[in-house]
Amino acid sequence: MTDIKLVISSSPHIRNDESIPKIMFVVLAALLPAAFLSIYLFGIKAILLMATCIIVCMATEYVFQKCRDKEITLSDGSAALAGLLLAMTLPPSFPLLGAALGSVVAIGLGKHIFGGLGFNIFNPALIGRAFLQAAFPVMITTWDDPFAWRSPAVVDAVSSATPLAKMKFDQEFVPAQDLIIGFTGGSLGETSALALLIGVVFLLYRGYIQWRIPASILISSLLFGGIFWLMDSTQYPEPFFHWFAGGMVLGAFYMATDMVTCPITPKGYWIFGCGIGIITVIIRLFGGLPEGVMYAILFMNAFTPIINKYTRPKILGEVKK
Amino acid sequence: MEIFIIFISASIVNNFVLTYFLGICPFLGVSNKIDSSFSLGLATTFVMVITAVASWLINHYILILFNVPFLEYVSFIIVIASMVQLVEMFVKKTSPVLYRALGIFLPLITTNCAILGLALFAVLRDYSFIQTIVFGIGAGVGFTLAIVVMAGIREELEMADIPYPLKGAGITLIVAGFLALAFMGFAGLISA
Repeated sequence: MTDIKLVISSSPHIRNDESIPKIMFVVLAALLPAAFLSIYLFGIKAILLMATCIIVCMATEYVFQKCRDKEITLSDGSAALAGLLLAMTLPPSFPLLGAALGSVVAIGLGKHIFGGLGFNIFNPALIGRAFLQAAFPVMITTWDDPFAWRSPAVVDAVSSATPLAKMKFDQEFVPAQDLIIGFTGGSLGETSALALLIGVVFLLYRGYIQWRIPASILISSLLFGGIFWLMDSTQYPEPFFHWFAGGMVLGAFYMATDMVTCPITPKGYWIFGCGIGIITVIIRLFGGLPEGVMYAILFMNAFTPIINKYTRPKILGEVKK
Repeated sequence: MEIFIIFISASIVNNFVLTYFLGICPFLGVSNKIDSSFSLGLATTFVMVITAVASWLINHYILILFNVPFLEYVSFIIVIASMVQLVEMFVKKTSPVLYRALGIFLPLITTNCAILGLALFAVLRDYSFIQTIVFGIGAGVGFTLAIVVMAGIREELEMADIPYPLKGAGITLIVAGFLALAFMGFAGLISA
């Protein structure tokens, strides 16, 4: 009798080569067009801001994992991604010390307090941003004029209103096509929808982001914003404005789709996305703050466990209790 | 419309737990299971509505009539305490399991500052009878919402690898802070 070697292993038997580092680095790569555009628009400030956030986020991750005697997972890119996303939500002339503080909060409190990647309830980058918004409300709403860094004038920066602030306080609407190209004032990653969407096409092709979440966010904000526009088109912006203004593209495609903090059931994706879309429009049109995407995502992050619990698909053969 | 605004304001924009930080003890104490937290939310809502009605009546027909506004606190607390007794007897009789699950936090609704706060806010803001009822319902719904969301998160966190010193109350307070951050987005939506 010949020796036949039988390999016995437990399920799963079908594996693919996706891994956390691979996904994280692909998402980082997808953000590159937007990152380069922000450097083109805001110059050295953008480089410094992004570098600060990424370095401090990685350092925080290292310190926390070292303190807890855990495996150091700096090389998986998740801290770098959180840092880049946080930098993308900050205005160009935000002080670097503040950005560093936000990064510590994002990774320390937003992620490692809960036990690290996979356990966090809220999106770490948005926790950092929300903390900075609460701590430095003026600095975080002072935006530079794009290209100001190239002008020969001696001033440090020329502040300008973002399209959302113009809508809210001056009832002045920037046309959607200007927003798509995006040479408007705003945070690093919220100026150009086009640059972000180049990366999105790639991510959707690779299947790294759930199409249902951005789709439901965009559809619900379009419909809900459209209702108000139909009621009074002088006071409320046209519905497509909501798609391309502010952090909508960044939030809907890169932040709401965070695999850790979004629901895991198909029905849950739709509920989650519609909640974000509607809350964003409500805050934008009626709230005290010009932008609401961040708060809408955090708010729905809090509901994710409940959504998961009550939208669980029925197991085959399960009998209704 | 005004009624609707009062409801939204009390339940979400000026949520009693997450923007006024009232009623934190049951929010931290009973938020470990969704079912029991929802029941406590319902019980609190019931006490809130009854208290709102009773305190309005007492304020308008006794305190103002006899010009004894300084008795406000005493009379409201008596009303709340007796209402909680009623709820406690009801829960004990109908659902002994729930009675055991809620434990000390059921009689402690009496000392839930959210309820006394509700009665005092309603007097302070000079709400009419209908407005007071809606305010009570809104505050109760807001409390239930906050505590159920918190319970959902805590059920999720049971599996999480939280640093030992932060387990339990520590992580709950941190999550409460994050929830309050998320609710900050609604600030300014409706004034007061």
